[in-house]
Amino acid sequence: MNQTDPSLPALPRQLYPLGDAAVVVQFGDVISPATHAAIRAFGAHLAQHPFAGLRECVPAFTTLTVYYDPWLVSDGGRHPPYETVAAALRERLAAVGPPAATASAGLVEIPVCYGGAWGPDLAFVARYTGLSAAEVIARHAAPEYLVHMIGFAPGFPYLGGLDARLATPRLAQPRPRVPAGTVGIAGPQTGVYSLPTPGGWQLIGRTPLRLFDAAWAAPSLLHAGQHLRFVPISAAEYAHTQQHDY
Amino acid sequence: MIISVLHPGLLTTVQDLGRPGYQQAGVAVGGALDAGALRVANLLVGNPDGAAGLEITLQGPRLRFDAGCLLALTGANLSPTLNGQPLQLHRPTWAPAGAELAFGAPRAGCRTYLAVAGGVAVAPVLGSRATYLRAGLGGWHGRALRADDQLPVGAPSAIGQNIIKELTENQFAKSQASWTPGPRLCPVPRRSPLIRAVRGPEYGQFAAASQQAFWEQPFAITAAADRMGYRLQGPALVRLTDAELLSSAVTFGTVQVPPGGQPIVLLADRQTTGGYPRLAQAITADFGALAQAAPGQALRFREVPLAEAQALYLAQERAMRALQRGIGLRFAH
Repeated sequence: MNQTDPSLPALPRQLYPLGDAAVVVQFGDVISPATHAAIRAFGAHLAQHPFAGLRECVPAFTTLTVYYDPWLVSDGGRHPPYETVAAALRERLAAVGPPAATASAGLVEIPVCYGGAWGPDLAFVARYTGLSAAEVIARHAAPEYLVHMIGFAPGFPYLGGLDARLATPRLAQPRPRVPAGTVGIAGPQTGVYSLPTPGGWQLIGRTPLRLFDAAWAAPSLLHAGQHLRFVPISAAEYAHTQQHDY
Repeated sequence: MIISVLHPGLLTTVQDLGRPGYQQAGVAVGGALDAGALRVANLLVGNPDGAAGLEITLQGPRLRFDAGCLLALTGANLSPTLNGQPLQLHRPTWAPAGAELAFGAPRAGCRTYLAVAGGVAVAPVLGSRATYLRAGLGGWHGRALRADDQLPVGAPSAIGQNIIKELTENQFAKSQASWTPGPRLCPVPRRSPLIRAVRGPEYGQFAAASQQAFWEQPFAITAAADRMGYRLQGPALVRLTDAELLSSAVTFGTVQVPPGGQPIVLLADRQTTGGYPRLAQAITADFGALAQAAPGQALRFREVPLAEAQALYLAQERAMRALQRGIGLRFAH
């Protein structure tokens, strides 16, 4: 499929099951602000016009995964669950209007100490891309990224806008534990680990900011639709920020 | 009513049916790994099926009930005893004030569920009492139980009170009920179970020989197994492309295959999204069997069509609702 013109609201859309209690609605297959807008618009439409048995929706770069309760959807087994959900989704896809322009949710700055112990894969990314480590950092810190979704772990932002030169494959085996705040690259994606979790991304730096805290009123620092920029800081600044933020 | 933790066991956590609705913020649904077992345990003590109970892993805790308490155990048989007397699973059980519940050798399965009439009454976080260990959220202070924890228990329902009456009222009263649900809702966990699965979205990206190997060969559950998922070891599964995928939703039972070729099957505390190819998806009706398999055992997968997976789901749900109705008819008045 070709890059979809952002001015065209109609992206190619496809439905397929994810197991026996979820269905994926795929909107094209490229990361773009237009895809992001279409997915958010459809998610909002579904929230306003839910079908019986809709559990929740999980947006991603090009997909909205819709979880459902097969018992409620099928009215206790009177109808085939998947077909019933697919029909309800097709009906709503036909009814949803073009995505409205969403107001920007502001620019967030994320300080990052690149390389060293904070970014053990910076050298690999440099080698893989044929750039110097300094160029990797400069290119990673240049763009204004769009937060496409929060996923993987609580508060983990998936960002669009990575310099295509920085795309690097995931690790063959995920690490058992990646520390919170670690900034990673996986293919054309970049993001920040919000909690210590296993992870297969290439790790290039770390932020001292906390991205998720269950004690906060809104436990995630970032939200879909926000823009953010990474600001390189030194190890000394990292330590300083940490002292002030905790 | 308070449950005192005398010894926590290997990993004992407060769980309910999980925390749906927050996956958009990256928060796992979580909840009991063997949700069917927790639901049955709750119904046996007159609770709503989503009340919070304890998920007990392999080596059980030692617990004391400071007041009389109606309880039920389901799932794995970890040789439970009440005041030193062996207990049967799947039966409403009266524990008098001061009684101690303990566990011995694991006989079948990996995870036992303890329900108490009234439910474990910790405060809900984001709508659920489930413990989400990775984020330190929910349950008892967001963590597994430790010695000296004091868990609050709610008041029994009307049904719970009537079951208590049956167990305590007359001179023939005994600690365990003589009735139990049918075997369909009380399966004995099997070693190395057969897990039925449907094809995952990226199934077609795998070599035909690898697809075949996945359905025909056993996969050992390695020591890297927790509430998030099991890393499996078996024949290396070969993907025909090395194109990086865009991260998308993953769910309970999703079988991901990293480039190393060894699959990972995701469980309740899974991440909400992932980018490794999804070869297959275990069916909901077999989540209990999956949850009861322990490291060192093997899993075998068998392909079923989606329509069959959903028919099995509906049959299981029908049985659960019939149990709930039956207990309601007998004990509501």
